[in-house]
Amino acid sequence: MKDATAIVGIGQTPFAKRLPESEKALACRAILRALDDAGIAPAEVDGFASYTMEETDEVEVAKSIGAGDVTFFSKVGYGGGGSCATVAHLAAAIATGQATVGVAWRSRKRGSGARPWRNTTVQLPTPAQWTRPFGLLRPADEIGMLTRRYMHEYGATRDHLFNVALACRNRANQNPAAMMYERPLTREMYMTSRWISEPLCLFDNCLETDGALACVLVSADRARDCRSKPVYVHSAAQGLPAQHHGMVNYWAEDPLRGPAWTAAQQLWKHADLCPQDVDVAQIYDAFTALIPLSLEGYGFCGRGEGAAFTEGGALELGGRLPLNTSGGGLSEAYVHGFNLITEGVRQLRGTSTAQVPDAATCLVTAGEGVPTSALLLRS
Amino acid sequence: MTDEPAGPPETGLLLPVPDDDGAPFWSYAAEGELRVQTCSGCGTRRFPPRPCCPRCQSFESQWQRMSGRGRIWSYVIAHPPLLPGYAEAAPYNVLVVELADDPSIRLVGNLVTAPDAPLGPLADGKLRIGAPVRAVFRQLGDGERRTAVPRWTLERP
Repeated sequence: MKDATAIVGIGQTPFAKRLPESEKALACRAILRALDDAGIAPAEVDGFASYTMEETDEVEVAKSIGAGDVTFFSKVGYGGGGSCATVAHLAAAIATGQATVGVAWRSRKRGSGARPWRNTTVQLPTPAQWTRPFGLLRPADEIGMLTRRYMHEYGATRDHLFNVALACRNRANQNPAAMMYERPLTREMYMTSRWISEPLCLFDNCLETDGALACVLVSADRARDCRSKPVYVHSAAQGLPAQHHGMVNYWAEDPLRGPAWTAAQQLWKHADLCPQDVDVAQIYDAFTALIPLSLEGYGFCGRGEGAAFTEGGALELGGRLPLNTSGGGLSEAYVHGFNLITEGVRQLRGTSTAQVPDAATCLVTAGEGVPTSALLLRS
Repeated sequence: MTDEPAGPPETGLLLPVPDDDGAPFWSYAAEGELRVQTCSGCGTRRFPPRPCCPRCQSFESQWQRMSGRGRIWSYVIAHPPLLPGYAEAAPYNVLVVELADDPSIRLVGNLVTAPDAPLGPLADGKLRIGAPVRAVFRQLGDGERRTAVPRWTLERP
């Protein structure tokens, strides 16, 4: 599968706390923009991939945009853990001849819609009977629990989490499409903000966004004829570790060794590159604490060194590993991580608003803590 | 907002909704016993409960009684926005406790000053990783929905 397929089109809607259009309309707009970016007619689309949490299904999308006969469609579970897997599934389908033009997308009105954790009748992967009665209600509580343990074991501090929040905010301040474009963040704002679930404060949590994004995938051969510069899927992986329990992974032998470790092993095994070759990273940031955990999992540093890795501006432009260069889920938009994929593509095209000079390789990751996925993209 | 039965008025908390695998845990909890599913084939304890043993694949299991002693493995202090019953109690602590009998078994719960005390943050310094705790049981609900949840008190308050 190595470099056999390429992302040749990306598209998105505006991002806002509230958009007037439906999720279905937003999905169609993002997909049609991505196809236009690729220079591919909607009638040529014969493959779709999205998240199980996506509420607009393939039937609705295909007939609205005017897709042709569709021969591959797939949905990936576990919320934001499925982001990169949508592209991975299309890449596998195209590489094995099941489809020729694939579209992956996510459309979500999480900004103006209900907070999912408020619906207590929906069962998470691990039944809620073991957590909800005790008031462990929200993803912030579930990840806050792992964060506290991580801080205790490795001496990580709130300043380390602030380093993550600041890097994302600084990049958002360069990106006119970002919800936080005109909203700088200071250390004082961070340290005095309200708690959500101690040790996580407001700025450790991602945004709540209405918006949609899409990308178009074709074979490497076909990619050469497209309108935009191809960005190749060099390696792709999913990860569901042995004895994993979902976001509430407290029952695994080693809860701080999450799905990132499993996805990373597979990702690097099939790549010609290693972590030191990565020019820029788009790492899933529903919460700041996922960054140190992912840096360790994907091999940028050793176990327990993820927090220290963020020191000295390492995640800023010009640092060791520029991070989430459109602002990420923390400061551009939270659309289950799909904006990390499109920003990875822009970096390798050389069109990011926070461009890393000569960026040729980009790691994109999906939600850590849940069964996850990752992509290694190259120009 | 929710179809789940609410707890008693003084708490308004969510009651556990057991699945087939978890039901014995809650039956024992209603009797004030903390029991963990244990493989009849190889003796390995497992939590959360599930139909077969991930080590030896046996479908036979028993429920072993634990001493109720444990240590705080981690905790959070939850602040709003929260569901109504919990927002009234906020800020409150939520713990993960590792059992003294088998530290590989960890349970989510709350640290309280007495079995019937409301949820709350607890005084600074009292709540720390590694602190020894002991299980107590709080009765919730009534009639057919009567149940009990394990809570935790400090061994050295």
